[in-house]
Amino acid sequence: MEKVLLRNIDVPDSHTLAVYSSRGGYRPWQEVVKNIRPEQLIEEIKASGLRGRGGAGFPTGMKWGFVPKDSPKPKYMVCNADESEPGTFKDRLLIEKDPHAIIEGTLMAAYAIQSHTAFIYIRGELAFGANILERAVDEATQAGYIGKNILGSGYDVDLIVHRGAGAYICGEETALLSSLEGGRGWPKVKPPFPATHGLFGCPTVVNNVETLAALPWIIEHGAAAYAAMGTDKSKGTKLFSVSGHISKPGVYELEMGYPLMKFLEEDCGGVPNGRRLKGVIPGGGSMPVLRPDELEKVNLDYESVQAAGSLLGSGGVIVMDDGTCMVRAAWNLARFFAHESCGQCSPCREGCHWMEKIFHRIEQGEGRKGDLELILNVSGNIMGNTICPFGDAAAMPAAAFVRKYREEFEEHITQKRCTIRNGVME
Amino acid sequence: MALEFSPETYKKFEETVNRYPKKEAALLPVLCLAQKEFGHLGQEAIEYVARLMEQSPARVCGVVSFYTMLNTKPIGWHHIQVCRTLPCALRGAERLTSFISKTLGIEVGQTTADGRFTLSEVECLASCGTAPMMQINDDYYENLTDEKVTEVLASLK
Repeated sequence: MEKVLLRNIDVPDSHTLAVYSSRGGYRPWQEVVKNIRPEQLIEEIKASGLRGRGGAGFPTGMKWGFVPKDSPKPKYMVCNADESEPGTFKDRLLIEKDPHAIIEGTLMAAYAIQSHTAFIYIRGELAFGANILERAVDEATQAGYIGKNILGSGYDVDLIVHRGAGAYICGEETALLSSLEGGRGWPKVKPPFPATHGLFGCPTVVNNVETLAALPWIIEHGAAAYAAMGTDKSKGTKLFSVSGHISKPGVYELEMGYPLMKFLEEDCGGVPNGRRLKGVIPGGGSMPVLRPDELEKVNLDYESVQAAGSLLGSGGVIVMDDGTCMVRAAWNLARFFAHESCGQCSPCREGCHWMEKIFHRIEQGEGRKGDLELILNVSGNIMGNTICPFGDAAAMPAAAFVRKYREEFEEHITQKRCTIRNGVME
Repeated sequence: MALEFSPETYKKFEETVNRYPKKEAALLPVLCLAQKEFGHLGQEAIEYVARLMEQSPARVCGVVSFYTMLNTKPIGWHHIQVCRTLPCALRGAERLTSFISKTLGIEVGQTTADGRFTLSEVECLASCGTAPMMQINDDYYENLTDEKVTEVLASLK
């Protein structure tokens, strides 16, 4: 398979403009800004089948197409570099090793919607990455790829690297926009969608780092070449971050549709220390866990993972071996969501804390009869009852842990202690 | 004397505000500048930033309290933040935290008596493939073992 996203990362100094340019970087941008009309660019990306890599998998070209062409308001383009999903560290790799690919993709997306102000919103903790991005933006500005009348085309765009200040929810696009407006990172009710009412009420597109980083390759090789990879509905390649109990953790680029078990056993070296697989979260901490018996036929594409009862999400694959206490794992993630709930919608604000407390008492050997029904009840009352997808992201994994490892939860309650010997999380 | 930016920081403040299409959008970067300058964002700092940004102190305070990286109380010179989320927990984050806690003689959330170290547990820092890990101020330390942590802490003393 030809690498689309990780094509540059092993080259020394890949983060510099000199190296990026020597490998054909910014040639696609020159082609776009000089010779391709915005409508043509949108059509090309639609034809490539590229879908949003932040987790939702929404078709990128279609998202751009929703931006009104005749709006008198300014339009904004935002690259979402607020990577915070548990188990996901792919964007960070691109930011540190291939910042110019992200910048080039962001410029193309801005051009497609005819925005003259673009932002890269990077989570504040990634100071190292933000410094690299800022240097790369300076280099690209000096080279004339960013700024006024770019390469004589008459098109202007400014690109601002904006640092967050620590809040998982800001990865949700409307929360990100609230944060970028200088407020608390509170999600907004949709509709209206950002495409018409985004940053400061103006038409805005928010795309993930990985989505944008794929654009230069697609323009260089053509939509057909990209669409030729992957499956019928999940085209191209995707990055997978693999963590937990696995011999070779890291970021891997795979053609969509690659078999999950083959990936874990052959590419990632399987579960280490002679342990056996107990569960895999395939798409980051917001997605339901899958048991080994559910993993057999799963391929890494949106449709196959969904058919197995989970979601591909961000491609954050968290592997757990048989020494893992699933009650503790569920509690850990419930604590994450309780900590990160923005507090706007009561089902999520209250429910996440309830679930965290109940999981915790079960794990501590203080679980009560009926606690599991209570968790499922609370989870069910969060699902679909919040402004943004965070509520579902907290509720789905909690319910999945209880349903799929129910015996282990019941043992904890009846025996009033953790029943996993040689646990790995103490 | 009332709290205010040094001339250099004030210049940075003006440059920052001018980068944005609207002044209010610069609030987070300006708060980060203020935290760098003043160490933490106490009430006086919040009121100062509110004046600079032409917003009410209540609104600025609401923003400050939302973000984990903005501190309303003084913290140690080296802020040790250990990731506690699942991928790190699966690879020994809890052990790591108790090792640091024992080494420094403080609990999570406390600062050493000399004001050098504050120990915090934080949520996922996008470093799951190199777990367990910690962030100290701006820097990430990954694939940690007890030996490595001892080395790092000694180098910071």
